Amino acid sequence: MSSLADLDIAEAAAGLRRGDHAAVDLLEAVLRRATITEAHLHAYLTIDHDGARAAAEQADRDLASGVDKGPLHGIPLALKDNMCTRGIETTAASQILAGYRPPYDGTAVARLRVAGATLVGKTNLDEFAMGSSTENSAYGPTRNPWNTDTVPGGSSGGSSAAVAVGSAYGGFGSDTGGSIRQPASLTGIVGVKPTYGLVSRYGLIAFASSLDQIGPLARTVGDAAVLLEAVAGWDPLDATSYRGDVPAITGGLDAGVEGVRVGVVTELMGEGIDEEVRAATRAMIDRLADAGAIVTEASLPATEYALSAYYLIAPAECSANLARFDGVRYGLRIEGDTTEEMMARSRAAGFGPEVIRRVLLGTYALSAGYYDAFYGQAQRVRTLVRRDFAAAYDNVDVLVSPTSPTTAFPLGERTDDPIAMYYADVCTIPSNLSGDPAISLPTGLDSAGLPIGFQVMAPALGEETMFRVAAEVERLAGFAARPFLATDEVISA
Amino acid sequence: MPVEIDIARVAKLARIALDDDELESFGHQLSDILEHAARVQALPTEGVEPTSHPLPMVNAFRPDVVTGSLDHAEVLEMAPETEGGFFRVPRILDEQ
Repeated sequence: MSSLADLDIAEAAAGLRRGDHAAVDLLEAVLRRATITEAHLHAYLTIDHDGARAAAEQADRDLASGVDKGPLHGIPLALKDNMCTRGIETTAASQILAGYRPPYDGTAVARLRVAGATLVGKTNLDEFAMGSSTENSAYGPTRNPWNTDTVPGGSSGGSSAAVAVGSAYGGFGSDTGGSIRQPASLTGIVGVKPTYGLVSRYGLIAFASSLDQIGPLARTVGDAAVLLEAVAGWDPLDATSYRGDVPAITGGLDAGVEGVRVGVVTELMGEGIDEEVRAATRAMIDRLADAGAIVTEASLPATEYALSAYYLIAPAECSANLARFDGVRYGLRIEGDTTEEMMARSRAAGFGPEVIRRVLLGTYALSAGYYDAFYGQAQRVRTLVRRDFAAAYDNVDVLVSPTSPTTAFPLGERTDDPIAMYYADVCTIPSNLSGDPAISLPTGLDSAGLPIGFQVMAPALGEETMFRVAAEVERLAGFAARPFLATDEVISA
Repeated sequence: MPVEIDIARVAKLARIALDDDELESFGHQLSDILEHAARVQALPTEGVEPTSHPLPMVNAFRPDVVTGSLDHAEVLEMAPETEGGFFRVPRILDEQ
């Protein structure tokens, strides 16, 4: 049984202009879907019924009076709850921000409002985006809509699950070490980490500033491109945002891969990558070659050290960024006799175990006597990772690999083993260290019926080629499966 | 090679009040994680410049013009304690 909630963004937008349905119908369709799916998934932390309704009604009035704001006009979208939304609770899935209502919209959020989108609500994540399973949320885990005994990936698991089932047409997340691509892979949708600096981080609750990047989640490559175009571009409020022209994003979607040079990353196709994932990746690479791509092997030797470097750099930056949560200006306060005691108690009570672990790790790695051996060395390894990528891109246009070493893993399987959890990001972290764009999209299901993701990486500002190759992968895969929870029928527990 | 950590000192630097059991548990976990992270030390990096940022950019200037700021009352509304338009905190200095 299909419903309006199962249309992709392009179809929903075309139907709006034909008069097949109104923006309020699209909103009602995703909210009806959510009433069925939320009991099983817990993708949303907050649904802004009033705000979304008002936005959808405004979108309908605008369209009726000839004001068309473009491809996202009237389209219901979900936002990860680390993106500040004025007056709407924004918690980053942490107790320390329970009840926090930002006095401003982040730039990406503001741009989506200008684009006429209907912002449905705020989605679950690992606390402060630290995690790969959305189990580290202070408000309870999100589950995978393909099999609710497994995780949806993380940290953008809420947005990912919502888009996968149709309780939103598209969504946004943040990707610091794979937090958009890995959940997209585990839930069978498309997820994009843009070039660092392409999307403003203003109003994104910071985790690791030199790695964080906002990006879209969608059910098609074309939808993801449209979502990215709406938020990309220079922002004076983010000193690290890219000042040049936004690269063409949607331009090459139909161009195919004839003559495109595709490098297969040797280090990400070996041991540690699940057999079925490897086979599916290899099969897609063969089909790309059949479609005219020039396929070669590409070696990135320093990526072997990327995970280790990441788990020094990201905690170091997070320990500095999270210093702002101190019980003074916003968030939880636990009283103490002195300000220092109040701060230390508030932070101990407000942060969950993974956040405390990373803040301590980062504090240690930055402390006197250890700085050069850990943080300094990790930054030099980062240089080597960047050099490896640059050398590879002398010979190829894009690099490909699996997105995640495994498909969705069981809830609770890795919660007591931080290092096993960290390994989930082994294929995605290199692009964050290099600052380059990467996309994940589904190519098939494994023998357990869980989605397998395929990653396409490109040099900085190479989004046009990246989307071009991804669009061909999408056509070749013909992936049309949907999770069992993509339904309006009541499912008995 | 196990990494020795003075976990109580690290927790104090991080301003996180942990009890003895928590300190011990986090201390062990950190030691394990650092043992893995220390693999970066195996890579020869002599003469390699550190990368602190993926974009080669310096000094992002913008025009020096007065613009609006956040609403004072709206900002203070989110604070745990305020007084006379300011954030209020417990005393900062010890009596001694």
